[in-house]
Amino acid sequence: MLLAVLLPFIIAIFIPFLSKWKEKLHTGFFVTAVPVVIFIYFAQFLGAGFEPVTREYSWIPSLDINILFYLDGLSLLFVLLISGIGSLVAFYSIYYLHKSEQLGHFYVYFLLFMGSMLGVVLSDNVFVLYTFWEFTSLSSFLLIGFWNYKERSRYGALKSMLITVFGGLSLLGGLVFMSVITGTTSIQQMIRQQELILNHEFFPLILVFILLGAFTKSAQFPFHIWLPDAMEAPTPVSAYLHSATMVKAGIYLVARFSPMLSASDWFFIIVSTAGIVTLCWGSYMAVRQTDLKGILAFSTISQLGMIMAMLGFGTKVAIFAAVFHILNHATFKGSLFMIAGIVDHETGSRDIRKLGGLMTFLPVTATLALFASFSMAGVPLPFLNGFYSKELFFDSAINLEQTTTGIAAFLKTIFPYLAVFGSIFTFVYSMYFFFGTFRGKANLDELPKKPHEAPFGMLVSPMILVAGVIIIGLFPQIINEPFIAHAATAVKGFEFTKHISFWHGITLPFIMSLTVIAFGTVLVLSLTKWRSVYRIVPGVLSLNKFYDGLVDRTVSYSSIVTKSYMNGSLGRYVRLIIAAIVIAGFGIMAATDGFHLETSNLAEITVTELFVAFMMIIAAIGTIIVNNRIAAILILGVVGYGLSLLFVIYRAPDLALTQFIIETVTLALFLLVFYHLPKLEKKNESTSTKTLNLVISVGFGALMTMVAISAHSSKMFDSIADYFIENSYKLGGGDNIVNVILVDMRGLDTLFEITVLGIAAMAIYGLIRLRGSKKEEE
Amino acid sequence: MEIIMAVLAGILFTTAVYNLLQKQMLRIIIGTALLSHGAHLFILTMGELKRGAPPILSEEVEQYTDPLPQALILTSIVISFGITSLLLVLAYRASKKNGTDNMEQLRGNEYE
Repeated sequence: MLLAVLLPFIIAIFIPFLSKWKEKLHTGFFVTAVPVVIFIYFAQFLGAGFEPVTREYSWIPSLDINILFYLDGLSLLFVLLISGIGSLVAFYSIYYLHKSEQLGHFYVYFLLFMGSMLGVVLSDNVFVLYTFWEFTSLSSFLLIGFWNYKERSRYGALKSMLITVFGGLSLLGGLVFMSVITGTTSIQQMIRQQELILNHEFFPLILVFILLGAFTKSAQFPFHIWLPDAMEAPTPVSAYLHSATMVKAGIYLVARFSPMLSASDWFFIIVSTAGIVTLCWGSYMAVRQTDLKGILAFSTISQLGMIMAMLGFGTKVAIFAAVFHILNHATFKGSLFMIAGIVDHETGSRDIRKLGGLMTFLPVTATLALFASFSMAGVPLPFLNGFYSKELFFDSAINLEQTTTGIAAFLKTIFPYLAVFGSIFTFVYSMYFFFGTFRGKANLDELPKKPHEAPFGMLVSPMILVAGVIIIGLFPQIINEPFIAHAATAVKGFEFTKHISFWHGITLPFIMSLTVIAFGTVLVLSLTKWRSVYRIVPGVLSLNKFYDGLVDRTVSYSSIVTKSYMNGSLGRYVRLIIAAIVIAGFGIMAATDGFHLETSNLAEITVTELFVAFMMIIAAIGTIIVNNRIAAILILGVVGYGLSLLFVIYRAPDLALTQFIIETVTLALFLLVFYHLPKLEKKNESTSTKTLNLVISVGFGALMTMVAISAHSSKMFDSIADYFIENSYKLGGGDNIVNVILVDMRGLDTLFEITVLGIAAMAIYGLIRLRGSKKEEE
Repeated sequence: MEIIMAVLAGILFTTAVYNLLQKQMLRIIIGTALLSHGAHLFILTMGELKRGAPPILSEEVEQYTDPLPQALILTSIVISFGITSLLLVLAYRASKKNGTDNMEQLRGNEYE
């Protein structure tokens, strides 16, 4: 099983080599073989007696992160969808993408996506799941931006990336919470410890995080806005990612965790409300679109909302219908995208206002479109699978489990009406899609190309998908027992099969279907009259405007924040740093009661020291006041020599010596350089700056004084000086203890201090001798 | 005496920081020099002042001052000397090349 998941990745490595021969043989032929092989491999698990299969491969055992694959009915449904539709899309893309395109890039991204999608649905380890999850976001980003010379492609790719990665990160948060609470990283183990999670105080957070991940990926309201913009991708990508597979990853996630989370009332409330709202909004907005792919994008959004709503309902019928509709939607939506691609390919336009009357030019395509769009609309004909799942959807919407909680009970009364409302618009846009494109008057002058039927190779994939629509429509039982039932069992946790039949009497769901068609027909016929409604409703409430504003404002606000302190002035940074030190230092001292004053162990005060200290203070202040360069330098010298006098007084002969010499050399250096530096300017700063500088520097000085006094007053243990004094002669063979420490006891310090001097010397040499160019010197 | 030395070190730090906050390079370097003086004094004060003879072994002495801070300061003096001289030469080169030693005027292009 590991090989099946890794196969796309492995083949992806070789694609760049294969694509060199793309002139002779389209790279797509090699690629098509991959999902076919995977499909055949997974098809062997099909059958009524299917049992879940587990495979474990070691990855990071120390963190309990292993590649743990768990193939149950739900995963099987998804892997077959991914590999099956993957094969068809790969085959379709051979005819769709011309050899002049960057086929190598395309197929590498495509295979990356396929492999990571297989990983998502097979992983039982949450962190492996998350890894593959982000891989799908990443490869989807690359695929949407495939024609990266188009501005809209880049915009769409970035938008989908931002939204899905936002959701992905919150998913990670939820997964981490769950694995910490349950102490395991396996989803199946977590489900077994359901009680622990449900009763944990962080349960609301977990629920929100996981659902955010699922809703962003599956384009649920209000995160659906990335999907219409992702239509800038090549059509095979739209067909594959944005109808059949990636957008269903969120559905998969909700289904996968629903045995655990659905016990909470909030799961029902959030998921089904989000689903129903998405269903209605998506189908309402789809009618507004003029681009074929735009219609399909909003249609996908709305259908995903429908599946999500059914997962939220959580009854046996609802789960069964949700799983069934995942399959049905993949068949008709995949083929519709391919049909839109064919129309685009053969006429040069996807604008439904320019299209029309293509029935006679593209008879085969039109027939396929007829089946697919009527199935999408849920027209009650016994050979269309969309009808069955829609019927089951109505059935589940009116047969919700009884609860007493306020909100949930209220929602249950309005859901059937919303379901019908959404379905009416589904009917409207399906008819609009079909009749707007293929019927009516043909205006060939406006089309960039003269339309003619597509090559046979391009028609094969949608044909197979439409055949699927019809076969499932005619014989719904053949996929019921061996396939859908297992998936529903995996979600709901117990065995359940629903007998799917076309005719089961005049029931309430059937009447709802008829209502949908009646209202839908009226609305389709009067479409031109009520079009202007759209100017009112989404007008101001456009979520895209909100998103654009958010992105723009993030950029502008962060630049304001950054510029507020990063203004390029070093003085300002130093001020900030020192002020932070002062505040933190005083804060800590105040918080820990850190100030001590102990006067019992002080050296006596003598006049000499006082005099020297006084002199140094005067000189130090002098460096600030004096405006004459040479005076400032000489006054600095006073401080240095004063320090060396203090070293003499405090019995540090070596220090005094060194300080004296170095002060002299430094002074000489100052004097050497000062000649070349501009004169000191009169300080013409504002009073406020001066005050600020004064406050900061006095604060810093006061802090250091307090630290020094406090540290001196609270010695915790004796110095280790005795060791050095005792062993200086014994071990080091020297009388001068300081020197023995420097070269013997702590010789390493000295070695690197020499290195520092050496580096400084070389740097100075370099600065003076090495010049970038002659010009610079002038 | 330690308290007076602590105050002195504090004043050195104060003037050092005030100099650091100025715009001219020469003043900034003077600030760093003062800062290292302050730090050396600080380390010395941390040890105990004037408790015994200079740390050079001889027969008749009972108690010596702590030699370890002295060794540390000695290392530090040499290093700060290296840094100060490098800074000075850097300031010289920078002002030669840019024609100014005012830090406020030494700014990179915003788009660099």
